[in-house]
Amino acid sequence: MKRATNAASLPDIPEDVRAAVLEVTNRLKELPGALLPVLHGVQAALGYVPEASVPLIARELNLSRADVHGVISFYHFFRSKHAGRRVIYLCRAESCQSMGAATLEKHIKQRLGVDFHETTANGAYTLEPVYCLGNCACSPAMMVDDELKGRVTPEGFDAWLAAEAT
Amino acid sequence: MSITVYVPRDAGALSVGAEAVAAAIAAEARRRDADVRIVRNGSRGLYWLEPMVEVDTADGRVAYGPVQADDVPSLFDADFLHAGQHALALGPTEAIAYLKSQQRLTFARVGIVDPRSLDDYRAHGGYRGLEAALGMSGADVVQTVTDASLRGRGGAAFPAGIKWKTCLDAQADRKYIVCNADEGDSGTYADRMIMEGDPFVLIEAMAIAGLTVGATQGYIYLRCEYPHAQRALEAAITAAEAEGYLGDNVRGSGNAFHLEVRIAAGAYICGDETSLLESLEGKRGQVRFKPPLPAIQGLFGKPTVINNVITLASVPIILDQGAAFYRDYGMGRSRGTLPIQLAGNLKRPGLVERAFGLTLRELIEDYGGGTASGRPVRAVQVGGPLGAYIPVSQFDTPIDYEAFIAIGGMLGHGGVVVFDDSVDMAAQARYAMEFCAIESCGKCTPCRIGSIRGVEVIDRIVAGTVAERERNEVLLRDLCQTMLAGSLCALGGMAPYPVLSALDHFPEDFAGAAETVAS
Repeated sequence: MKRATNAASLPDIPEDVRAAVLEVTNRLKELPGALLPVLHGVQAALGYVPEASVPLIARELNLSRADVHGVISFYHFFRSKHAGRRVIYLCRAESCQSMGAATLEKHIKQRLGVDFHETTANGAYTLEPVYCLGNCACSPAMMVDDELKGRVTPEGFDAWLAAEAT
Repeated sequence: MSITVYVPRDAGALSVGAEAVAAAIAAEARRRDADVRIVRNGSRGLYWLEPMVEVDTADGRVAYGPVQADDVPSLFDADFLHAGQHALALGPTEAIAYLKSQQRLTFARVGIVDPRSLDDYRAHGGYRGLEAALGMSGADVVQTVTDASLRGRGGAAFPAGIKWKTCLDAQADRKYIVCNADEGDSGTYADRMIMEGDPFVLIEAMAIAGLTVGATQGYIYLRCEYPHAQRALEAAITAAEAEGYLGDNVRGSGNAFHLEVRIAAGAYICGDETSLLESLEGKRGQVRFKPPLPAIQGLFGKPTVINNVITLASVPIILDQGAAFYRDYGMGRSRGTLPIQLAGNLKRPGLVERAFGLTLRELIEDYGGGTASGRPVRAVQVGGPLGAYIPVSQFDTPIDYEAFIAIGGMLGHGGVVVFDDSVDMAAQARYAMEFCAIESCGKCTPCRIGSIRGVEVIDRIVAGTVAERERNEVLLRDLCQTMLAGSLCALGGMAPYPVLSALDHFPEDFAGAAETVAS
């Protein structure tokens, strides 16, 4: 593969980010259309896709930095900032709306003291909206990391939160 | 001999406690020295009864549900391992009316087999479709799919046979099969249930498609909200590879077919086939102009068959049982069965696979049992976030692609979301525009800008005086026409459906401040 020649201009990258990115790109860069798998890999390793990793990902995949930035910013799932220790994805879509998702949303925001896309002050939880988790027969639904929860009520959320804290 | 107990590993069942139930049954069995084998099946789709536990008895499977971990000791006390009576007993599973009246062709094995077991899949009719296809020419397979009148179940209802034929006839050094598993419509979960509950049927179908059109590589583009389906698919792909159902020489046919799961990244628009292809190529998921059709120039510029999960999963039974068998179900130009997903405010939400032709009323009243809240039904959204809101007066509309178009709606992927009379339809219309704005890929103006203006105009309608309301309603309807006619894909092109249907059928909800001032 043709190697881009911008290697010399690569800015300083924290060593852990560099190591994580190279581990992922070395493993996946030969895949056709590798950018999404690579970004998933980087986010899985670091919890987010740091701004500083963009030039290195671009170089390794022989893409422009604009290409990589454009893809990261297009997809809701990729984040450029560190998330809390756990990410709560709360469904806002119609099926959950019909079963009280708006009330649940208000409750959770107030309970955690954050709005969507924000992280609690203690760094424990990030709250993200999601548009359908495919659990529409058990609405309202939320997913914590990759753990799906159904028939969530404000009381049920509080009970879960209390159990998490212990 | 050990007694087999089924506890679903379906994500929906897990979301309401199935994992704890499985653990409790295993622990209780050990404590009581009972010889129990736990199989983690898919869901039968009777979600109000999940977690639903089944026990294999001499007289067939009997069900208990909804079971929580706390119920497990009492189930053992009641001797549920031998179909004992218990408050949660539901009797023989197959006799449950909700299930008994269904016509499960695509979902024939879901909830019944162990999704991790290739042997179980074969024991229940699996891979007979592929065996049949191996004895046929590509053209004959295409003809069978065409004769079965199978239409795309993702929403567009395009004839699958025509897509396959176009790809078969295209000349290229490489072709692809892509499965659209980016099931983003609210109220839909049939793809997820298939992938978690019977993943081999999708793998078999994609291999059939590959051999038929001469494609050697397949991709399942799976939404990242479905980690359980990812695990199920990857386990099944590994098992299929080990037994030669995938690989360099599929079942000794001399043809290669490889399959890979690719994970999406939360963009609704990637459910559009051309956006999906862009995304698979590692780009922003922006819609492509058509033509060229993906069947001629699709993934990486090569001829590509791209079908929804349910479309593909319906192919093996068509090849096994013949086109006529499948086509004999249904009505009009909608042939075969549709897995309908009942969701939202219902007493009995779940999966109902029936031949086309039953009415919305039968679905909502007979299967769904009315609202979970006990309040009257007010509106039903069919076909996801871009589907029309249907009032009770149109509940006798049959489940049929053309019948839904005739009332200004669409069947889409078969999701039915029920709302009770506490719903504010102006808020739902606003949400439809807001959703379109959030998820627009940005390529065309009517969608990108129109949706934002749509939110603003609806806000003005609700907040304004009677005169302002009337003026802005004209504006909103005009905007909707622009989006309908001028958008590049279904997102901007159909987001007006929920808006217009809300305006037409529930105008009183838009009165807002105007009404208050007048009264």
